[in-house]
Amino acid sequence: MIHSLFLINHTGDIFLEKHWKSVIGRSVCDYFFEAREKAVEPENVPPVLQTPHHYLISIYRGKLFFLSVIQTEVPPLFVIEFLHRVADTIQDYFGECSEGVIKDNVVTVYELLEEMLDNGFPLATESNVLKEMIRPPTILRSVVNTLTGASNVGDTLPTGQLSNVPWRRVGVKYTNNEAYFDVIEEIDAILDKSGTTVFAEIQGVIEACVRLTGMPDLTLSFMNPRLLDDVSFHPCVRFKRWESERVLSFIPPDGNFTLMNYHVSSQNLVAIPVYVKQSISFFETGPCGRLDITIGPKQTMGKTVEGLMVTIHMPKAVLSANLTATQGTYTYDLATKVLVWDIGKLNPQKLPNLKGSLTTQAGTPKPEDNPSLNIDLKIQQLAISGLKVSRLDMYGEKYKPFKGVKYLTKAGKFQVRT
Amino acid sequence: MFVASVIIVFCLFLSAEKEAKTNYQMLDSNKDSLKLEAMKRIVAMIARGKNASDLFPAVVKNVACKNIEVKKLVYVYLVRYAEEQQDLALLSISTFQRGLKDPNQLIRASALRVLSSIRVTIIVPIMMLAIKEAASDMSPYVRKTAAHAIPKLYSLDPEQKDQLIEVIEKLLADKTTLVAGSVVMAFEEVCPERIDLIHKNYRKLCNLLIDVEEWGQVVIINMLTRYARTQFLNPNMNVNEDEDEDEEEKEKKAETPAMAKRKPYVMDPDHRLLLRNTKPLLQSRNAAVVMAVAQLYFHLAPKAEVGVIAKALVRLLRSHSEVQYVVLQNVATMTIKRRGMFEPYLKSFYIRSTDPTQIKVLKLEVLTNLANETNISTILREFQTYIKSMDKDFVAATIQAIGRCATNIGEVRDTCLNGLVQLLSNRDELVVAESVVVIKKLLQMQPEKHSDIIKHMAKLTDNIQVPMARASILWLIGEYCEHVPKIAPDVLRKMAKSFTNEEDIVKLQIINLAAKLYLTNSKQTKLLTQYVLNLAKYDQNYDIRDRARFIRQLIVPTEKSGALSKYAKKLFLALKPAPVLESPFKDRDHFQLGSLSHLLNAKAGGYQELPDWPEAAPDPSVRNVEVKDSVRAVGTVTYRDTGALWDLQGPKKLEGSEKSDSASGSESGSGSEESYMLLFHANVYQPSLYNWALVSMTLHLVLCLQTIAPSSALKNYELLHRITGEGLSVEYCFSRQPFSPDANMVAVQMQFTNNATADTKNLHIEDVKLQSGMRVKEFSEIELLPAGETATAVMGIDFCDSTQAANFQLCTHTRKFFVSIQPPVGELMRPVFLTENEFKKEQGQLMGMNEITEKLTLDMKCRNEHTIVQRVTTAANLSRVPCGSDKECRFAGRTVSSSSLVLVTVATKEEGAAQLTVNCEKMVIGTMLVKDILLALTQ
Repeated sequence: MIHSLFLINHTGDIFLEKHWKSVIGRSVCDYFFEAREKAVEPENVPPVLQTPHHYLISIYRGKLFFLSVIQTEVPPLFVIEFLHRVADTIQDYFGECSEGVIKDNVVTVYELLEEMLDNGFPLATESNVLKEMIRPPTILRSVVNTLTGASNVGDTLPTGQLSNVPWRRVGVKYTNNEAYFDVIEEIDAILDKSGTTVFAEIQGVIEACVRLTGMPDLTLSFMNPRLLDDVSFHPCVRFKRWESERVLSFIPPDGNFTLMNYHVSSQNLVAIPVYVKQSISFFETGPCGRLDITIGPKQTMGKTVEGLMVTIHMPKAVLSANLTATQGTYTYDLATKVLVWDIGKLNPQKLPNLKGSLTTQAGTPKPEDNPSLNIDLKIQQLAISGLKVSRLDMYGEKYKPFKGVKYLTKAGKFQVRT
Repeated sequence: MFVASVIIVFCLFLSAEKEAKTNYQMLDSNKDSLKLEAMKRIVAMIARGKNASDLFPAVVKNVACKNIEVKKLVYVYLVRYAEEQQDLALLSISTFQRGLKDPNQLIRASALRVLSSIRVTIIVPIMMLAIKEAASDMSPYVRKTAAHAIPKLYSLDPEQKDQLIEVIEKLLADKTTLVAGSVVMAFEEVCPERIDLIHKNYRKLCNLLIDVEEWGQVVIINMLTRYARTQFLNPNMNVNEDEDEDEEEKEKKAETPAMAKRKPYVMDPDHRLLLRNTKPLLQSRNAAVVMAVAQLYFHLAPKAEVGVIAKALVRLLRSHSEVQYVVLQNVATMTIKRRGMFEPYLKSFYIRSTDPTQIKVLKLEVLTNLANETNISTILREFQTYIKSMDKDFVAATIQAIGRCATNIGEVRDTCLNGLVQLLSNRDELVVAESVVVIKKLLQMQPEKHSDIIKHMAKLTDNIQVPMARASILWLIGEYCEHVPKIAPDVLRKMAKSFTNEEDIVKLQIINLAAKLYLTNSKQTKLLTQYVLNLAKYDQNYDIRDRARFIRQLIVPTEKSGALSKYAKKLFLALKPAPVLESPFKDRDHFQLGSLSHLLNAKAGGYQELPDWPEAAPDPSVRNVEVKDSVRAVGTVTYRDTGALWDLQGPKKLEGSEKSDSASGSESGSGSEESYMLLFHANVYQPSLYNWALVSMTLHLVLCLQTIAPSSALKNYELLHRITGEGLSVEYCFSRQPFSPDANMVAVQMQFTNNATADTKNLHIEDVKLQSGMRVKEFSEIELLPAGETATAVMGIDFCDSTQAANFQLCTHTRKFFVSIQPPVGELMRPVFLTENEFKKEQGQLMGMNEITEKLTLDMKCRNEHTIVQRVTTAANLSRVPCGSDKECRFAGRTVSSSSLVLVTVATKEEGAAQLTVNCEKMVIGTMLVKDILLALTQ
């Protein structure tokens, strides 16, 4: 299946390689570099490339390319999903997935890769199992290790793989037993020029942080589960119970994990929290244009909109922007032609406004395309779909855990066309 | 300068030398911390792709090191360099051989893993032996490692294939989820053609699937897709494959005579099993699993059921862009065959300005495939906003898409054409050029109506510079020169002037235009043509020179010119068929979807063709297994597919069902559930020849079921009287058999009798009114019930353990009848098998409020044990529990929806006095059950 893996940074240096079968020379990456050159933007490199003897499947994460070499037929998604799992694991271990971090922990990363695949077929991808075999570094441990020469490798052999619940190890103990759930919803929307919704849906995710002793069996139920249009689960969730009773019943992994993803798509259910009045125009005569944007609250369910930010990818011809913002600050990056207006909290009494002129390159015809606005926002203590967790029950253990649910709404891919 | 650099190089060399030395020394030291430090340095070198092979002897010595991390790093090193240093690598083998005998399963597994990763041919026999031994290891984890080792050995020495297949066969029979995925992976790499090995394990694999780890699921599902294609019949064989929804009426007409000839299609229960057990995996978090299930449904499911995958695939579009890329490619292929499936999700394919170009283009492809008469206006409006995008490649693709919509949907052709013509005045040349190319294709469909557009385009030749566009315009003018007789020669004049500066494709089209004009209007253009041909004669490009010579010979009559010149006009001005603008994804579905080959549209190495459906189904009995190989071995705890909360405590319930299996002696399905399904099918379909086997099995099973639940003749209830039903009468009974599509439902068997003189058609259920929580699984529509005939069907109702009625309408093609089904409390349970001790233990836990006791005097006729048992089991669907005392009869069951235990005891005393005790967690059920049983025993 997966033959080799190369990690490549944005300048095209291969800084880590791992082979699970016999060694394949680095020259195979030349085909990739060629495609990378052609694509201009790194996002546009085709994820699957065909070379005379191999197939190259790559992902782009955190300014790094994870390039795998394949020799025979294998579902491309299988490889892509695995590569993302590798990146997730690195992030999980070291807090971020970047060239610097990987170079600093090169031995640990190499050991991880060794455990994750056997002969190119995934062996242990559960972070719980991996952490039993190779302990993630902590500051204290690395100090102790340098002094005593102790190792990061677990001295007990991993048992997680042997159990029927491979995502949880046995013998977990905490003095404070707690289970927290974050319901995070993102609004994906496309609004047209006049502000009407072209398309809107809500993508939700329930992130859990469970620190409970022993083998608890949890049941999470909702007030209004019928709202959920489509769901996907962490492997710990029992399908049958969801199908018959619409409750989430599971033995949780230890620590942080994503319990479920869901989707609410019915258009009329999707509340759009802000409206945007905008006009961006360029004049036929003279090298200039005008920009005027106002943002106001729409359906906020009585909550405050925070972290409001507008990002605009300007046409290439726009040289500079001379604007005044009634609230927040704006920056215009000349190289990438990105205008960012960081507003912060939305005050319904005094609506934020950004107004002024744009200078375009003299001599070029007026840019004909109007850029679209990408909106970022956050609303605390609200799940915009109205989803509510009604209760969390625990079976199988005697103690009483602390329980908590937090809601958060964010803008996902929220775009206003002009 | 030179000297300095030499010194620097030398110093570097020295320090490298020194480092290597220290590594050596550190490895030789007896301090673990130094060894570890050295090994870390070496592994870091390997990771960076530097050569560290010269340290091999020093490293191998440490293979027996006590420190676990050193040992692990040594393994890493060994696996990497063993191939290059075969002789030295052999030194380490004995360590692993010792490891293989270790009492700790994890050490055995890791020894096998490293041993099999050492690519040294000499140890092949040792590996073979180790794999064989590990394949029968006690520990499933070691067996899993053995499965992983198989492809490694196979790639090292393909001659071991036959022996390895034996091991695979053995491991395929393994009943643990841990092994299943890995062994199927080995099967796919070593012997994918040996489909016969799967037969016996098919049902087990289907049943285990949900509990297998995600990567294994992908491999198993892909393999089972291929398997199903060889073993089952095409579920759509009575439906024309390539029709669309609007042709359904036609299809119906065509079907009626066809149906008469063909045998009615009956889906193999095993086929159904696969579809049913893979469906929940659409909810997986792993995109590869979702895609695998989606392709399985696309390739195997009946047309009506494929739709379920659309939602899951659309969900994946939120994922990483690489995932989107692959999913969209597959969706594009699917939309060509089954457009209706994705139509509701049209808007999910709308494009954002922040999408990468390759995603934009794929989404555009999908949108174009989805376009039809009803949604075309929305799509075109959407396309209009795309044309304004900054991403010019994307704009070009949009214009192409508009062209395709216009050719496919006649109604909007003029609108599209007008829109495209407007784009001709766009400032961006690329946009104009692309529009010209597309307009050219559209005009070809009906040129006579659009001569003004051709004129407009002729004007463009002055400005537009993109060669492809210029060539297209020239071709158009040449082709339709008769529609623009005045302009064409003028264009040629201008072109002749600029001929030398044009690109090659434009030059070819100028020659072409000249030739066509010469043939239609030689008076005006003779000289111009001569001029152009002369210029071309001395062109640098030989294609152009050849073309010029060829055309001159063909059109200018000379003595030497052959017979062909007579036909020149016919040759050049023949009516050309309009181009068909096709999706590049057409017919890609002959590759298995989701595969690498499908993505590349070319066969990748090791790709297994997806076979065509067989004409006649191969013998289904090959999948039958002996009873002792029942699905789940005792002790294998299932997790995800069970609803019960306390599964982990032990498979009590399963044990029960297994005992019942073994009671039946030999049995058809691999688990009881499958057999029940056979029964269900046999009930619904009339037995054709093919069904005979099933029926005989069913009979057998009914017998065995009766041993558990000695239910006497089932009581029939009336649902619809003959008179109110205008000739249609319906009776129902609670068949007391598990309802296979959903274990939480009570099976209701309905018998329809048509007493009228006319046929009744389309019997089905509508407008179900239920109390909250209740659910109904309708029976599949009965298309035709001829006069005087009887038909049966089974539907499932989840009463939520209450005796609330389920109300619904029973519809025929002409009438609707309001009916309702109210269950007696005794039908809300299913029998379970308990031993006397288990009964007592459970009863002990259900005391107090959960126990109801009632004194009674038995009916005169009902004073022997046999009658008591008969009456109780008639009143309630319970099974008898063996009992030591002859004064007591005990019965046990569980409620169907919530699986609460129901325990009944009847203790007899002197002179017909008796005491009835019911223990049930659900008090309401308990109280009602007491009433019912009391009634049954006293009357």
